[in-house]
Amino acid sequence: MKNIIIIFKRELGSYFATPVAYVFIVIFLIMSGALTFYLGNYYERGQADLSPFFVYHPWLYLFLVPAIAMRLWAEERKTGSIELLMTLPISIGQSVTGKFLAAWVFISIALLLTFPIWLTANYLGNPDNGVIFAAYLGSFLMAGGFLAIGSCISAMTKNQVIAFIITVVICFLFLLAGSPLVLNFFKALVPQSIVDAISSLSFLTHFTSLAKGVIDLRDIIYFVSLIGFWLYANTIIIEMKKAD
Amino acid sequence: MIKVKNLSKKFGHLTAVDDISFEVKPGEVLGFLGPNGAGKSTTMKIITGFLTPTTGNVEVSGFDVTEQSIEAKKCIGYLPEGAPSYGEMTPAQYLEFIAQVRQLTGQNKIDRNREVIQHLHLKKVLNQSIETLSKGFKRRVGLAQAILHDPDVLILDEPTDGLDPNQKHEVRELIKSIAPNKVIIISTHILSEVDAICSRAIIIADGKILADDTPEGLRNKSSSNKMDDIFREITSGHIS
Repeated sequence: MKNIIIIFKRELGSYFATPVAYVFIVIFLIMSGALTFYLGNYYERGQADLSPFFVYHPWLYLFLVPAIAMRLWAEERKTGSIELLMTLPISIGQSVTGKFLAAWVFISIALLLTFPIWLTANYLGNPDNGVIFAAYLGSFLMAGGFLAIGSCISAMTKNQVIAFIITVVICFLFLLAGSPLVLNFFKALVPQSIVDAISSLSFLTHFTSLAKGVIDLRDIIYFVSLIGFWLYANTIIIEMKKAD
Repeated sequence: MIKVKNLSKKFGHLTAVDDISFEVKPGEVLGFLGPNGAGKSTTMKIITGFLTPTTGNVEVSGFDVTEQSIEAKKCIGYLPEGAPSYGEMTPAQYLEFIAQVRQLTGQNKIDRNREVIQHLHLKKVLNQSIETLSKGFKRRVGLAQAILHDPDVLILDEPTDGLDPNQKHEVRELIKSIAPNKVIIISTHILSEVDAICSRAIIIADGKILADDTPEGLRNKSSSNKMDDIFREITSGHIS
């Protein structure tokens, strides 16, 4: 646990030591604001809620989270610092967890900085703050899911661009797993039970129910186990390929 | 104490290290010599637990490096080839991070920190990010990291590469001063360095140990009594 905290602090500090943190936060805030007001017609709808804000989060994360995740391990490989990290008395699981948590907290900081939009909703009317809380929770968990996928993919390569592109594609598939685009493709190939299983993996389905204010334990378990699965795979990949 | 037993490492069809065995006792400074690609770095990477051996095993201070890797890593200070570190950190932050990982606390941490900064002349650059430092300073930051916790076993992969002659001299003095009671392995291309600091030298080529002797002993094998000549003769297969 102590080692996880040490890695976590080093990683989080490194975001703010470079322009990465500031660029990410500014872009995230501008984009989420722009999407809410222009595409989401926040004012014209005449409703004091944040659904036009949250509805774009999956698409925003699709590109911004892989941009954060791509450097997690690919950069360690590129600079050779992975050799240093792996020869310190820290287990691979601790490094993977520490790095993941630092990136997740970092994205959460950006998410929390969207609070003015929550203030705006409360200023303009009386939104259901319970629903807003659930949606923030859903957004936070979904970001963790994207990030765990990205961290695992980043561990496979030295090249951050490759890590980014593959992560975007996998996240896109997870996002749309419940949509006709993906399901029709699988319907022709596999039995219905597997199609149903694929459909239940959809980020969008699980996030949407949380964004509507329904805190269903199954949705939370889904995201938590998804994160666990990808981080476990991440650990195994590092173990196997650390020196490549 | 390091015990290497029948160690082999294969990368696909390539055998980087081919069934080597040796022991290093406290107080010994072992120089690893050999042409590029001979298996020096690979052997060091296995000893430090970065690579897992294909066959054979390595014991460091009584711990098997694959079975009890965390315990073994605690006893080792390691400078990887090229001295990689986290470029966006300053040496001060970096050493603080290493001190935390190495579980140094209180007065001991302050003393150790001061000592390595003084030994390696890092005071001037403490608050400058590592990526902006010269090659020599980067190397010294890497060395500082390796010796910070005063380890029993020190593995240094080309510690003086990229340093100017004065800095080389200082690093050699540093290694000599900490050598008693420690197990030290250094790899180098500079043969005079072996004479200057090593109590023993192993010449390795194509993953095999070709010679294992004191620097004097090695030189005596050559007709000209020169380290360079004996190195060339052994590694190019004129004598074995």
